[in-house]
Amino acid sequence: MAKNKGEIVVDIERCKGCEVCIPACPEEVIAMAKHVNRKGYHYAMPTNDACTGCTNCAVVCPDGAITVYRKKFND
Amino acid sequence: MAEFKTNPEILQPENQVYKRTELLTDKALSYCPGCGHGTAHRIIMESIEEMGIQSETIGIAPVGCSVLAYEFMNIDMQQAAHGRAPAVATGVKRLFPEKFVFTYQGDGDLAAIGTAETIHACNRGENITIFFINNGIYGMTGGQMAPTTLAGMKSSTSPYGRDTATMGNPLKITELIANLPGTIYVTRQSVHTPAAVRKAKKAVRKALENQKLKKGLSFVEIVSNCNSGWKMTPRQSNDWMVENMFPFYPMGDIKVNDDK
Repeated sequence: MAKNKGEIVVDIERCKGCEVCIPACPEEVIAMAKHVNRKGYHYAMPTNDACTGCTNCAVVCPDGAITVYRKKFND
Repeated sequence: MAEFKTNPEILQPENQVYKRTELLTDKALSYCPGCGHGTAHRIIMESIEEMGIQSETIGIAPVGCSVLAYEFMNIDMQQAAHGRAPAVATGVKRLFPEKFVFTYQGDGDLAAIGTAETIHACNRGENITIFFINNGIYGMTGGQMAPTTLAGMKSSTSPYGRDTATMGNPLKITELIANLPGTIYVTRQSVHTPAAVRKAKKAVRKALENQKLKKGLSFVEIVSNCNSGWKMTPRQSNDWMVENMFPFYPMGDIKVNDDK
């Protein structure tokens, strides 16, 4: 069965650590980093490979910090 | 936190499905973390990009948190005096009837100091689009009570909650202007969840496309959070908004009359 796999790339310096993307993710991929960016915010980052590339996180991100990639894999 | 490695096979340009629109400038948005303004900016700019009207659109920036909208929106913009954006938009649209003209205003700007301009522009049926961001508070100046502040809601000038006996009732300006004959599309949306953002974007697109019909004014209210003004985290403020704002400001189309 074909399966969509995704990846997100967070623009670390643009992220303000509002965490709005965390409840938006149906696969619970996103968590906040222990480190902070140059502005002192804990930035969002992917923590596992369950991402399906649904773009939910990018759609709710107020700062447009997330870029989403999606590829179809055939098992 | 477990170490996680990205898959370079997926991270290829041809697999990119979502990227920040280039109609937003590279400047960091001046809004607080989690503020709905950023999402509202983005869906408006994405709609303009999809319609391919970047060079034919003129935006009117308000006074308030979004006073610097012209710094972030990569289109022609004009700054208006407090509340006067619909009046400025009227002038711009009458001079350039083929351009797409929109105003982007907050509740203090549109529903308090600009009530007269808003109501008369709507009543005249100017062929413009108004985007109204309602967070029930004056965000930029420090969380004072606005006309849209809910009954009992605390703000820095109503620290014990809004008492409607002495401070008046919250104003549903969107329902008010829906009664005017000059408006053809009046809707209320929000941007707190992915589904809500996608719905709001459709409304924004429709409101902009209505200008081609030359029938009247389109009005999109976006109920937004103000986590700094409400003294909450962004996630708490979104939950609070769903619990308290939505019963008073229900989501959905209030008037759709674009085929008259």
